[in-house]
Amino acid sequence: MVKHPKLAKILAQSYVWLILLLMYLPIIVLVIFSFTATDEVGVWGGFSLELYGRLFQNKDLMTAVGNTVLIAVVSAIISTILGTLGAVGVFYSGKKYNKTVETMTQLPVVNAEIVMALSLAVLFKTLNTSYTFFTLVVGHVVLTVAFVYLNVKPKLVQMDSSTYEAALDLGATPWYALFKIILPEIIPGILSGFLISITLSLDDFVITQYLKEPSFETISTYIQKIVTKHPIPAEVRALTTFIFLIVLATVIGITIYNNKKASSQAKSRRK
Amino acid sequence: MANNEIILELKDVNKKFDDSYAVENFNLNVKKGEFVTFLGPSGCGKTTTLRMIAGFEIPTSGQILLNGQDIGQLPPYKRPLNTVFQRYALFPHLDVYDNIAFGLKLRKLPYKTKDKKGNVVTKYRKYTREEIDEKVVAALKIVDLEAFESRNVTTLSGGQQQRVAIARAIVNEPEILLLDEPLGALDLKMRKEMQLELKAMHKKLGITFIYVTHDQEEALTMSDTIVVMKDGQIQQIGSPMNIYNEPANAFVADFIGESNIYVGTMTGSKKVRFLTSTWDCVDDFPINEKVDVVVRPEDIKIVPVNKGNVNAKIISKIFKGIHYQFTAMVGNNEVLIQSTEDSPVDIEVGLSIAPDLIQIMEREFTSNVYEDGYINKNNKVVFAGATWDCDVTQLVEGSSLDEDGYFIAKGKKYDLNDLDVIVDVDMHDIEISDDLEAGNIVGEIIQMVWKGDHYQLIIRTEDEEDFVVDTEWTWNEFDKVSVKINPSKIKLKLKDDLSKYEI
Repeated sequence: MVKHPKLAKILAQSYVWLILLLMYLPIIVLVIFSFTATDEVGVWGGFSLELYGRLFQNKDLMTAVGNTVLIAVVSAIISTILGTLGAVGVFYSGKKYNKTVETMTQLPVVNAEIVMALSLAVLFKTLNTSYTFFTLVVGHVVLTVAFVYLNVKPKLVQMDSSTYEAALDLGATPWYALFKIILPEIIPGILSGFLISITLSLDDFVITQYLKEPSFETISTYIQKIVTKHPIPAEVRALTTFIFLIVLATVIGITIYNNKKASSQAKSRRK
Repeated sequence: MANNEIILELKDVNKKFDDSYAVENFNLNVKKGEFVTFLGPSGCGKTTTLRMIAGFEIPTSGQILLNGQDIGQLPPYKRPLNTVFQRYALFPHLDVYDNIAFGLKLRKLPYKTKDKKGNVVTKYRKYTREEIDEKVVAALKIVDLEAFESRNVTTLSGGQQQRVAIARAIVNEPEILLLDEPLGALDLKMRKEMQLELKAMHKKLGITFIYVTHDQEEALTMSDTIVVMKDGQIQQIGSPMNIYNEPANAFVADFIGESNIYVGTMTGSKKVRFLTSTWDCVDDFPINEKVDVVVRPEDIKIVPVNKGNVNAKIISKIFKGIHYQFTAMVGNNEVLIQSTEDSPVDIEVGLSIAPDLIQIMEREFTSNVYEDGYINKNNKVVFAGATWDCDVTQLVEGSSLDEDGYFIAKGKKYDLNDLDVIVDVDMHDIEISDDLEAGNIVGEIIQMVWKGDHYQLIIRTEDEEDFVVDTEWTWNEFDKVSVKINPSKIKLKLKDDLSKYEI
């Protein structure tokens, strides 16, 4: 190795590129095949935007997309509020309590989703509740709330703990101090918790399948229903390309925003 | 500035965390415009007391009266006091102006007006933008940060952040300004500067200051009144001069400035014996009483041999800038001397001390007494949270133990199990060891005072039982040690009626 430093460097770099290629190849293939109209997967039938047209005409699929986004946004908002308040509450309560909750929040993160789905299903059956949009939201909130908590908690820990007391000392009520002093400090954690909640909820299949109303379909349950009888509808290729582009745009956007913020902070420090 | 109007009164204030007292029986009157400092080592309860005044902690019992009104149970935002925090606690997302204006924007000012029916009613208004502007600018001027309004607080230096924190507090014109070790995070030079500036600010503003620090020099420099604390209890309240010259006990003497502390005996009216000699003094204590004697190093004069009250041998000398520091030996006793006049090392000299510079104090501890001891079924004694071997036959003269462990005295047989006794152990009869397995119980050294030829340590166990130990060996504060006592050195006295235990 030491004898051929150049060769070693080339090998190391090509390894990284190989891994990246393996990660991105399937997506690239998918994107390419979304621009051809053949129903069969892997057959190139010439360039066409037909699938994108068909995507927007497929009413069932569009309803599923709408449902998926709706459930993701609603559950993420609820999770963010609950998770944030929980983190703040636990942070400002006693040490013993703090540790217990900390351990308890780890569990849902590592717990198998099927366990969560089944236990919720059994619970709702016991309570004699029929599956509705409400039960589905509950399921998704249970799935995501721990992640919000885990994103907000570190921000609270980083915060100078006496700023809250300083606000009270200057005449702020606890609620005013929460909104004006604590919230601005932990907002990055809240936002990343919200985004993770949306992502988890969008992706979810198991909990959704167990807790949804029979007639209610999200993207994953809709596709699952179709493939039991038919091949995967070709316009799903266009849909996934679409989703990928949105995610890509979001990630690029966040990166640009962060870089700008970092450089403006560095500038003001130099003043 | 100070007058006799009392602004703050703490009455029998206690604060208990879990099972131990952080602050115990705290009584203090603060005059309007006074600069009061709470001084003590870490964990002495000074910050807890300040936090109770600010409202971040509620006293377990007792009253905190501000202008005669009990504020002890009020939340911090309802108290007309402001705090400067140790780590500044500025709001990082707000600029300097908004940090300082934070309190002003929340203030509601009462004013009297007439309603439609002509009755006088009290209404509340907020400060106008112009009023806030004016006050913020004035506060920044006081802390020497003019034109800093729009600066981001995270880009300021430590000293500047501290100034902003002070401005943020004083802009509200609090009745009392509370300062919790505000200079702790600054470097030495900056700290000295800020001490003088704070003192000047106190004079200019006329606000009452309550200041918390563990730095005795800072306390002496700045305060009108110093409250020395240890273990949640007030040791002494007094002016800096008073506390330095007339320390109430060995702890205060040791904590404030440098001092020589010796064990002495009163040998006559205003005569005390220590350092192998008898000295005239100005304090009167009963004859033959053991006392603690404190002499400040700068109060000892080096005179030619045989011209002083006692002869000593100088063994070392350090040049300290304005003075020399000598260490001299009188027998086994070390004497610390500070003098502006040079003297050679390794010679015999005489020492003299003016009578009024010998400070005599009642001894805090003379012996370890445990009132709640009892004998267990193995004829061992239980006290201070541990079981100890002892000689129970000392309880009654001429008594003995029979083969079955029963106590035989004057022909009668007793079962001593559960007999209550008073245990007394002398301070130099307690042995300590860093082998934690070697003794009967483990504790932590919480205090250490050098007394000329030995150290006096206080060892505290987990159950808050104390052992006061005299030892010639050097230990460190916060060392964990185990405690052992020779069974023959444990003195027992009957507390109960022995006849109840007859069988």
